[in-house]
Amino acid sequence: MPRREIFTMGDIACAEGAISAGCRYFGGYPITPATEIAEWMAVRMPEVGGAFVQYEDEIASITSALGASWAGTKAMTATSGPGASLMMESVGLAVMTETPVVIVNIMRGGPSTGQPTRGQQGDVFQAKWGSHGDYQIIGLTPASVQEMFDLTVRAFNLSERYRVPVFVLADEVVGHMREKLVIPDEKDLKLVDRKMPTVDPSDYLPFKPGDDLVPPMALLGTKYQFYATGLTHDERGYPTDSDEVQIELITRLSEKVLRHVYDIIDVEKYMLDDADIAIVAYGTPSRSARKAIKDARAEGINVGMLRLKSVWPFPEKIVSELGSQVRHIIVPEQNMGQIYYMVRAFAAPTPIHLMTKPAGTPQLPDEILQKIKEVHSL
Amino acid sequence: MTTAPATLVHPMSKYIREDRLPWIYCPGCSIGIATGMIVRAIDNIGLDFSKVVFVSGIGCSGRTSGYFKTGTFHTTHGRAIPFATGVKIANPDLEVIVVAGDGDLAAIGGNHLIHACRRNIDMTVVCINNWNYGMTGGQFGPTTEHEKLTQTSPPPIGNMEHPFNLIKLAASSGATFVARWTAVQVRRGITSIEKGIKKKGFSFIEIVGACPTAYGRMNKLGEGVDMHKHLLEVTDIQNGLPPHEAEIEYDKRIVCGEFVDIEKPEYTDVLKQMHAKVRK
Amino acid sequence: MSRYEIRIGGFGGQGIVTMAVVIGESSSLFDKKYVVQTQSYGPEARGGASKSEIVISDEEIDYPKVIAPDVFIAMSRAAYLEYVHGLKENGVLIIDSDLVNVESELPQGVRVYRVPATRIADQEVRSKQTTNVVMMGAFAAITKAISIDGLRHQMEERWPKFVKINHLALELGIKAGEKALAGES
Ligand SMILES: Cc1ncc(C[n+]2csc(CCOP(=O)(O)OP(=O)(O)O)c2C)c(N)n1
Ligand SMILES: [Mg+2]
Repeated sequence: MPRREIFTMGDIACAEGAISAGCRYFGGYPITPATEIAEWMAVRMPEVGGAFVQYEDEIASITSALGASWAGTKAMTATSGPGASLMMESVGLAVMTETPVVIVNIMRGGPSTGQPTRGQQGDVFQAKWGSHGDYQIIGLTPASVQEMFDLTVRAFNLSERYRVPVFVLADEVVGHMREKLVIPDEKDLKLVDRKMPTVDPSDYLPFKPGDDLVPPMALLGTKYQFYATGLTHDERGYPTDSDEVQIELITRLSEKVLRHVYDIIDVEKYMLDDADIAIVAYGTPSRSARKAIKDARAEGINVGMLRLKSVWPFPEKIVSELGSQVRHIIVPEQNMGQIYYMVRAFAAPTPIHLMTKPAGTPQLPDEILQKIKEVHSL
Repeated sequence: MTTAPATLVHPMSKYIREDRLPWIYCPGCSIGIATGMIVRAIDNIGLDFSKVVFVSGIGCSGRTSGYFKTGTFHTTHGRAIPFATGVKIANPDLEVIVVAGDGDLAAIGGNHLIHACRRNIDMTVVCINNWNYGMTGGQFGPTTEHEKLTQTSPPPIGNMEHPFNLIKLAASSGATFVARWTAVQVRRGITSIEKGIKKKGFSFIEIVGACPTAYGRMNKLGEGVDMHKHLLEVTDIQNGLPPHEAEIEYDKRIVCGEFVDIEKPEYTDVLKQMHAKVRK
Repeated sequence: MSRYEIRIGGFGGQGIVTMAVVIGESSSLFDKKYVVQTQSYGPEARGGASKSEIVISDEEIDYPKVIAPDVFIAMSRAAYLEYVHGLKENGVLIIDSDLVNVESELPQGVRVYRVPATRIADQEVRSKQTTNVVMMGAFAAITKAISIDGLRHQMEERWPKFVKINHLALELGIKAGEKALAGES
């Protein structure tokens, strides 16, 4: 399709991003504030020859998406906190079986049922550590309707490139607000497809990685026969209790993400060049921060922002460099402090100031401005 | 002059990952028999094996997928059916078979089972009912009978709960083909699995088996051979009986047969119609 | 135009979300402004006072929600009571004059415009469903925050089957707006 401009909601931009990225399978279960993605997909998937399937729960939704992925279709699911909690076991399955899949979490107020219609950023740590065992995850954090589209495309590309589950973590405001969306001409979109094996089937080792640590992926129902399992497995895919294989596999699964951080990490530096105070933010609070920064600069305070468009893997090096550049770092989050702890871990000993707001209304620009002034006077 | 004796090749070995043998099953377990039934059914139909996909959950029965020499996937506990549903919808040309245990399919995955029956997606589910959770050492599950002993239903009462009758469950949930056999009705079982595979719709086949190591030992049911002999004795073949009469009682009577064989629109077919209509 | 904030308050069924979306669409796609539209959801949006909001600017919009509206369009008493205090000083208050009275004190310098949108839709357009279109016309005429061409265009796109009736509603709304402007109180 040629380039189009529409005025639409973040959730819908996400769905359109997925379609543009080549997603042809959506498994889901309705939940506020992600329902609009499912509703849009129910109409759009058949139009593009894909499938929208509404399951009995989120466990089935994500697991079915893994199945569709192994049958060769780019697949996704979308949910919010309660559903994300249910999905966690299969996130681990996707990690372990190296299954490309995109999981969208339009974050609402928690814990538990919390505030369904109000946003929060409380699931950022869950996305990283929600499933058991040690693993790396990719988590992207859009802050606008356009980024809901762009980062969803990116989520598919990364999931295909590295054979990993990728989270899109948007707060409710980003999911529900309407802004202009430019859908690029499909010719201008760079799409990535997973590597497939080219060897003779008798030589195929399903979990033998290439130099980039990513194994070529055969599909179900092809001349390649293989066994994929959530059990620890060797290069043949066969389960084993061996310490060596466990260590090698778990290390590789993490390393294949960590070794490519230069390709995965996505940050925006806003007025940081001369800053001696930095704000680290993502999602809606980063928009408040932008306004606060303009206002603070008008009053002569040198403040800037490191905006995270990806939170996982965490941009350790960038944040640590930021720590040595500025006097103070402020982290406004729509939660009780999550990314704050990551910033603290890597920017210390620079003082890190947390602004919590575990509620639907993010920090207002004025509140952040006050904090900037307060920190500036320290 | 003597010629070297020809090595015996098992007629079904071409379907099996022989490099993974011997398999994990205990002596006297029924899962090997059920695995044999499945490959013989496939062989009888003459399916292109590379187009057959096996999906299983977790458990002893769930380990079967790893032994079939084709595209196979071992999901988490209870999730074989949703995974298989995704595979089938993404590529309806594939023949999708789920093999899993009673616990996997009817306890932790019970919700997926009834909804897949209702949704009527074309796949064949073979449930190996060994009356308990074998893999974890013999705890009671959704098919364990009242007052039977397991690791988590100890004396003096035994199992305080009551079992599902999986045939009734699948039939009333809308499965289009439903059958039950024990591990000793191998030929009949194979025929039903063939029918299930050929059926365009959701097929559920229960293979009632024995877990001598756990359930058998705790309830003093004898060795594997004794348990299988017993299954033969208590089998009551009643093809075509209304599913709500397909009783199952380990000690007395296990009604076997094909109980449901109906037609209704299948999900991937309906999806194709949807595509055709939307394109117009 | 630097940041300009609009809040619309009313009750379910008046089409206040649609109103905000159409204003947003025409401002964004036709007038080529930066626009963000948000709204209340769920239980909040069902009962008494629900709201929808639009922020319009010539520059990229940072904070996406309305902080202190330049304009408040009140289409129900509950919404009026709930939100009127947030209105900016010297802001604009547009009320559906059959449904809302100016009660209590207003923020300083607020100009009030009375538009009987529901009555016009009901009696002159003969379709109560067009109340929000009447109000959009009045809003555009009073504030000039969005172009009338843009509104017209967007309504044709959105409701191709109801072009005539919506044009009528829009024209009557514009007239009512101009009238309110002339008789400013
Ligand atoms: C989420 C989860 N809970 C519990 C387990 C432990 N577990 C593994 S197999 C199993 C029971 C399997 O029983 P069944 O499905 O009847 O298979 P069988 O071993 O009897 O063939 C359990 C509880 C698990 N793997 N995952
Ligand atoms: Mg069992």
